[in-house]
Amino acid sequence: MTILSYQKALGRALGDEMTRDENVYVLGEDVRVGVSNVTAGLLGRFGPDRVIDTPLSEQAFTSFATGTALMGMRPVVEFQIPSLLFLTFEQIANQAHKFSLMTGGQARVPVTFLVPGSGSRLGWAGQHSDHPYSLFAHVGVKTVVPATPADAYGLLASAIRDDDPVVVFAPAGALGQRADVDLAALSPVPLGVGRVARPGTDVTVVAVGHHVTDALAVADDLRDEVSVEVFDPRTVYPFDWAGLAASLERTGRLVVIDDSNRSCGLGAEVLATAAEEMRLVTPPRRVTRPDGAVLPFAEALDRALQPSRAQLTTTIQAVMKAP
Amino acid sequence: MTGSPAVAADPAALYRVVRLIRRFEERAIDLVRSGEIVGGIHPYIGQEAIAAGVCAALRPEDLITSTHRGHGHVLAKGADPARMMAELTGRSTGLNRGRGGSMHAADLSLGVLGANGIVGAGGAIAAGAAWAASRLGGDGPARVAVSFFGDGAVNQGVLLEAFNLAALWRVPVVFVCENNGYATTLTVADAVAGGVCDRATAFGIPAVSVDGMDPQTVLAAAAPLVEAARAGLGPQFLECHTYRFDAHHTWEHKARPRYRSEADVAEGRSRDPLDIQGARLSDADRLVIDNEVERVIADAVAFALGSPRPSPVDALEFLYASGFRPRPGVS
Repeated sequence: MTILSYQKALGRALGDEMTRDENVYVLGEDVRVGVSNVTAGLLGRFGPDRVIDTPLSEQAFTSFATGTALMGMRPVVEFQIPSLLFLTFEQIANQAHKFSLMTGGQARVPVTFLVPGSGSRLGWAGQHSDHPYSLFAHVGVKTVVPATPADAYGLLASAIRDDDPVVVFAPAGALGQRADVDLAALSPVPLGVGRVARPGTDVTVVAVGHHVTDALAVADDLRDEVSVEVFDPRTVYPFDWAGLAASLERTGRLVVIDDSNRSCGLGAEVLATAAEEMRLVTPPRRVTRPDGAVLPFAEALDRALQPSRAQLTTTIQAVMKAP
Repeated sequence: MTGSPAVAADPAALYRVVRLIRRFEERAIDLVRSGEIVGGIHPYIGQEAIAAGVCAALRPEDLITSTHRGHGHVLAKGADPARMMAELTGRSTGLNRGRGGSMHAADLSLGVLGANGIVGAGGAIAAGAAWAASRLGGDGPARVAVSFFGDGAVNQGVLLEAFNLAALWRVPVVFVCENNGYATTLTVADAVAGGVCDRATAFGIPAVSVDGMDPQTVLAAAAPLVEAARAGLGPQFLECHTYRFDAHHTWEHKARPRYRSEADVAEGRSRDPLDIQGARLSDADRLVIDNEVERVIADAVAFALGSPRPSPVDALEFLYASGFRPRPGVS
């Protein structure tokens, strides 16, 4: 067994997929040096034709990647900061994502957008701290948010092999994760399939990305008073509704911890779907960023707007007390 | 010299393309008025010389990206007028199976990577496609991509970024600006600081500006640019001065917005690419082509209106290339 970091897992998946398929290549800002640490070492292994530094022209290099994907290549576009997804929303949501339908199935756009460091990393303030996975789930772009090193490897590999655009959000809060893994056992994780990170019988906590770790910690803290099941969807779109339904059959209670703004965030969708279609014995609850949150700079303010373990704890307790 | 020497040597072939686009557009406007085409179109009438001339300089394996005013480009690249008309009328036999319509007509088998509803969006896509096609083609001759856009697009940041990327990476792409003088209703004088060609030369891209009303002038200008791109000299830029004879969009036929004076329109329409190219043919030859085009267009309309409409059950078919079917809007 080997200790593998989340960041190294992403880099390993990239290297393995580039070895496996010569049409896979990486482009983005400072990817040759590997400023984000994910692409470090790829230049030496695969050369400058497959590890391409771009000027600071996110909109053009995003659609450039789409053009190469239309011809059969499999680009992996790295964005250093999550807010660049706002700048390139037109190129992803309105161009890459719509080609298949608008051409009546003639075109496929197998492009992967990788954001290594989404969400708050403390002290990066308003324009570097968003975690906009719900936005892409809303428009229907396949979206994954891995929580563990093995899933970071497996979901990135699947994203690259998928024939549709996929956005891979690697939360800043998860990049430091390390796990003892069997490197030979690393393999693609299918899109749209969640996992029960911790079995339980009283309440299901749906946690995304770095909040899986928080949910596991809270579940452990509360183990003497409540049996918490932690469900990690891994892919937020398409969501594993069958997996969630099966969990709620066991528990009948639901709490979501979601690092999105509250209105129209993933948590809202999970609660709505569970309320419409699944077994619930008490009203579901969610822990999110506030409505319309812009993360302020000062550390205490930044933390104050992120979902916390304390909020999750009291929310679980409230759901357990509900009639 | 050109990819299609038969067309270059044969004024009749160029005339036929211009005539085909003209009649296609006129019949399409009829179908907008009769309600068979929903949502209207952006007519290409008056600008046909550009699509005809530029596409005559291309090889079958070359690529294009087009615009919201894209029927002419798609037809000139060889799309079947019948399947094109079926697409405009929302039929399952359409190029895009009725999923794209006027603004997204595409035929990837012909290298038509799609008309595009966002102004300036095609430039970076074309650059990427040309870069990838050359790379995937190995040692064979480069496949050239042409990105068509209007004068409005030269103020779009993403297009200027695409110029930079294409020049840096010596991508075999030819940027073709159809300068018809108006971005919807805004004149070039009120919209473009500096010159259109200056946009390209600022990035070291050779730029040529020509009369876009004469198909042979356009072809003569486009052919060396296409071959320069193919030879590895990097991106090229062609500005074609033209005039849109009809509305920005057929919506204008009812709304009648006033932004061009009658004198302006009359002057703009005084040079018609159909007449310019037609004058190079005998009346008899011209009549033969006109009659043949009439049959093609009549057949296209008949095919379109006789074709089945797609089933609403399949409205989201093709949304995901992987075949994933999303949840319906009601549970």
